[in-house]
Amino acid sequence: MSNLKYRLLAIVLLVVASAAALYPRSIVERTRRNGVFVYDTVKRVPLKRGLDLQGGMHLTLEVDESKGAIADKSGALDRALKVVRTRIDQFGVAEPVVQKLGTDRLIVELPGLEDAKRATDVVQQAAFLQFQITDKTKAFEAVAPRLDAIVRDKKLAKAAAPDVRGDTAKGNGLKSLFAGADSSKKGADTAATASTGPFQRLVVASGYPGMYTVAATDEAELSGYLENEDIKAALPPGKVVRWGADSIVASGRVLKSMYVLDSRPIITGDYITDAKPNSVPIEGTVVEFQLNNEGGRRFKNETGKHVKDYMAIVLDDRVMSAPIIQSAIGTRGQITMGGKDLASAQDLAVVLKAGSLPVPLKVAEIRNIGASLGQDSITKSITAGLIAVGLVVFIMIGYYRFSGMLAVAGLILYILFTLAALAGFNAVLTLPGLAGFVLSIGIAVDANVLIFERIREELVHGKSLRTAIDEGFRHAMSAIVDSNVSTALTALVLYQYGTGPVKGFAVTLLAGIAASMITSIFVVKTFFLVWLNRNRTAEALSI
Amino acid sequence: MLRILHDTKYDFIKWWKTAAILTAAFIALGIGSVAFLGGFQYSIEFTGGTLMQVAFTQDQSSADVAKLRTVLENGGAKGAEIQQFGSPRDFTIRAQNAAGSAGAEVTSRAIEADLVKAVGAGAFTIVRTEAVGPRVGAELARGAYLAILISFFVTMLYLAWRFEWRFGLAAVIATAHDILTTIAFMKLLHLEISLTVVAALLTVLGYSLNDTIIIFDRVRENLRKNRKEALYDVLNRSVNETLPRSILTHATALAATLALLFFAGEVIRPFAWVMAFGIFTGTFSSVYVASPILLYIEQRWPRSIDGKAQPAGKPSMSKPTAAPARG
Repeated sequence: MSNLKYRLLAIVLLVVASAAALYPRSIVERTRRNGVFVYDTVKRVPLKRGLDLQGGMHLTLEVDESKGAIADKSGALDRALKVVRTRIDQFGVAEPVVQKLGTDRLIVELPGLEDAKRATDVVQQAAFLQFQITDKTKAFEAVAPRLDAIVRDKKLAKAAAPDVRGDTAKGNGLKSLFAGADSSKKGADTAATASTGPFQRLVVASGYPGMYTVAATDEAELSGYLENEDIKAALPPGKVVRWGADSIVASGRVLKSMYVLDSRPIITGDYITDAKPNSVPIEGTVVEFQLNNEGGRRFKNETGKHVKDYMAIVLDDRVMSAPIIQSAIGTRGQITMGGKDLASAQDLAVVLKAGSLPVPLKVAEIRNIGASLGQDSITKSITAGLIAVGLVVFIMIGYYRFSGMLAVAGLILYILFTLAALAGFNAVLTLPGLAGFVLSIGIAVDANVLIFERIREELVHGKSLRTAIDEGFRHAMSAIVDSNVSTALTALVLYQYGTGPVKGFAVTLLAGIAASMITSIFVVKTFFLVWLNRNRTAEALSI
Repeated sequence: MLRILHDTKYDFIKWWKTAAILTAAFIALGIGSVAFLGGFQYSIEFTGGTLMQVAFTQDQSSADVAKLRTVLENGGAKGAEIQQFGSPRDFTIRAQNAAGSAGAEVTSRAIEADLVKAVGAGAFTIVRTEAVGPRVGAELARGAYLAILISFFVTMLYLAWRFEWRFGLAAVIATAHDILTTIAFMKLLHLEISLTVVAALLTVLGYSLNDTIIIFDRVRENLRKNRKEALYDVLNRSVNETLPRSILTHATALAATLALLFFAGEVIRPFAWVMAFGIFTGTFSSVYVASPILLYIEQRWPRSIDGKAQPAGKPSMSKPTAAPARG
C-alpha cells in the first residue's frame, strides 16, 4: 500500500501548499492619511479584488487627435504613460495600475479612489507651462479693424454663432444702461454698425500692455472667430491670443481677460524640478516651483532682458496670471491660483512636478464603483456561494450517501484549491468571477457524479467492489477529460478576448476546471482507496 | 441505493420531430420579436454612453421618479433615462454621451448636476458610474463576436481530434442551437446584452458542450462494444444510460444558479437568468439536437469499414434496420 501512502502524502502537500498560499499575509500598502502618504502594514488574505469588488476607478484614456494628427503616437504614449504614472503616484492610491493598451490608449486603475472628477482632471491635464512676455507694441489695436473686416466679409458672424451674437447685442444694450462709467465702450456699442465689428466693439484695452478685457458672455463668440483660419492668418506675426483662466468681477460686470503674447515662450515647464502648494497673505493660494540649474540660468537671463515688462504664466494655453518683472528671476518662482483652494493648488503642483503630457488625452471610458457597492457585492456573492454549497451537499449526500460524503469532502478541497490557485497566480477576483465560482461549485461535482454512476453500473454488472471502483474511475475518465478540456478551451478564448471583469471570470473558470479534475480524479479516488484499505472484506458500498 | 430513472429504455430519438418543431417555434418567436418589436437592448459597454447607479437616502415614490425623469429629460444629458434597480432607493440612469471630443466624463457630471438640482446634494450617493466612448464599445462588441466564433472553431477541432468530424459537427450545431434559443430567451425576457451576459452565454456554450460530450462519449464507447447495433439504438441507449448522471448534474448546477439568481444581487441577476435557461436548453439540445443531427450526418455520409462504404441508411430518421458500424 505504499502507493496509497504517496497519494495521501500528495494530498497533504497540496492542502498545505494551498493553505500557505491563502494564509493572511502582511502587505505593505501605501495609503493616504490626513493628506500625507504613509506606508501601512495590513494583514489580509492575499486574494486580489478587482475594482468592482473593492471600489475604485478604471479609466481608459485615448490620444485625442481632434486638434491635429500626432506622428509617433506609440512613442508619445510611452512618454505620456510615465508622466501619468508619476502623477498617480503623487496621488497616493494604494495599488495603482497604469498600462498601455494597443498603440493609442492608456488604462489607469485607481483602487479605492472615490473622487472621480479630481482624478480625471489630474490624469488628463496637459500641464504645459509656458512663460510668455505680453505684447508691448499694440499689435492687436493695429489689426483689429482688419479682423473685423474679415468677420464681415466672410459673414462669420452669422455662420459662426448667430444665437450668441443675438444674445450679445441684447446683453450689451443692457450693460451699457448699467455701466455708465464705461462711456467709451458705450459709444462703441451704440455705433455697432458696418464700419466696426466685434473685435473693436467687444475688446477693451485694460491699460496694461497686451492685456484686454471682454465681457464673460462674449468670450464664446470671440474665441469662435479666433479659430477661423482667415482670422488666424491675419493676427500679428509672432503673437498669440490667449484667454485668462479666471473671470474678474468689476463694477458689477463679469469680465474675462484676453492677452496678446509673444508666441515664443521665454521658458517652459520642462525645467521644473519641484513644485509645492502654499498659502501666502496677499496672493492667496500659490504654487511655488523650482527650476533646475539650466532652467534657472535661462530664466534669469531672459527675465533680466525684460525687466518692467509683464510676463504671462500660461498653463495649457490659459493665462494664470501676468505679473510685472521687477528684476531678474532665478530658479524659483510662483504661480498664483486666483481664488482656488489649496487642493487645486496641490493638484497643480503634482502635475507640474510630473511634467507635461506629450500628447493630449481624452477619457474614452470610466468605471467608478463605490466601495460600499463593492462590499455589498462580496457579501451577496458569499451568501449565494454558501447557499449553493448547502444545496449541493444536500443533493450529493442525499443521493449517494457515504460516497456523497467523500464527494463533499472533495468539494471542500476543490474550493480550497481554486482559491489557492487564484491567489498563487495573482489573479484578480471580479464580480462575474465570483458568480462563475459559485456556479462552478454546482458543476464541479459533475465529475464525481459521472464516476459514481459508472461505479453503480459496474456493480450492477456484478463486478467485485474493488474492480467496480477501479473500472468506474477508468471508464469515466475520457468523458471527464473531454468535457473539461473543451470548457477550458472556451475559457481560454474568453480570457483572450474578454476585458476587465470578464477576464477575471475566465481565470476563475480555468482555476476551477483544474481544481475540479484534481479533486475528482485523484483526491476522491484516494478516499475510496483508503476506505477499501480499511474495509478489506467489504462487499457493499454506500453509493 | 437510491436510484432515479435507472435502467430506463425510453425512445428519446423518436420525438426528434416534435422537439425540432418546438425549438424552431421558440427561436422563431425570438426572431419575430426582434423583427416586430425592435432589436436587442445593448448595455452601454457596447453602445457607448453613460450609466450611473444612484442610491437615494430615502425611498422614491413614483411621483418622485416622475419628477426626476422630467428634470433629467430637460437637463444637461441627452436622452437620460431613469430606472429602478432593486430596492426603491436604488436607481440607474443611463444617457448617451455628449458629442464632441470632450470625452466620456462630461455626461456623468451633467447628470450629477441635474440630480443635485432635483433632490439636493446630500440626498443621494452615486455608487457606480460607467461611461464608455463609442469606439471602445464597438471594439468590445467585435471582441465578443470573435470570442464566440473562435470558441466554436476550437471546439470543433478538438472534438474532431478526440472523436471524429461527425461528432464535432453535430456538437457544434447543437451549440449553435443553444446560442439561438438563449438569445431568443434574452430577447423575450428583455435582458440587456452586456459583457457579463456574453460571458454567461459562453458559459452556457461550455456547459451544453459538456453535456453533449458526455452522451457522445457513451455513444463512442457503445459503438466500440457493439458494432452491429444501429446508431439509432446506440444513441437511445447512450442517452438512457447517462440519464441518471444528467439529472444529478443538472440538479446541482441548477441549485448553484438559483442561489445566484436569488441571493447574489441585482448586477449578477441577468447572468443567472441566462445560465438557468442555458442549463435547460443545453440538456435539451444534447438529446434532441446533437443526437438526431449525428444520426442524419451518419446516414448522409456513412462511415466506412476497411475502406468500403457502408450502404446508406434510409434518409428518414426512423428506427433503421441496417446497422452502420464503427470504423
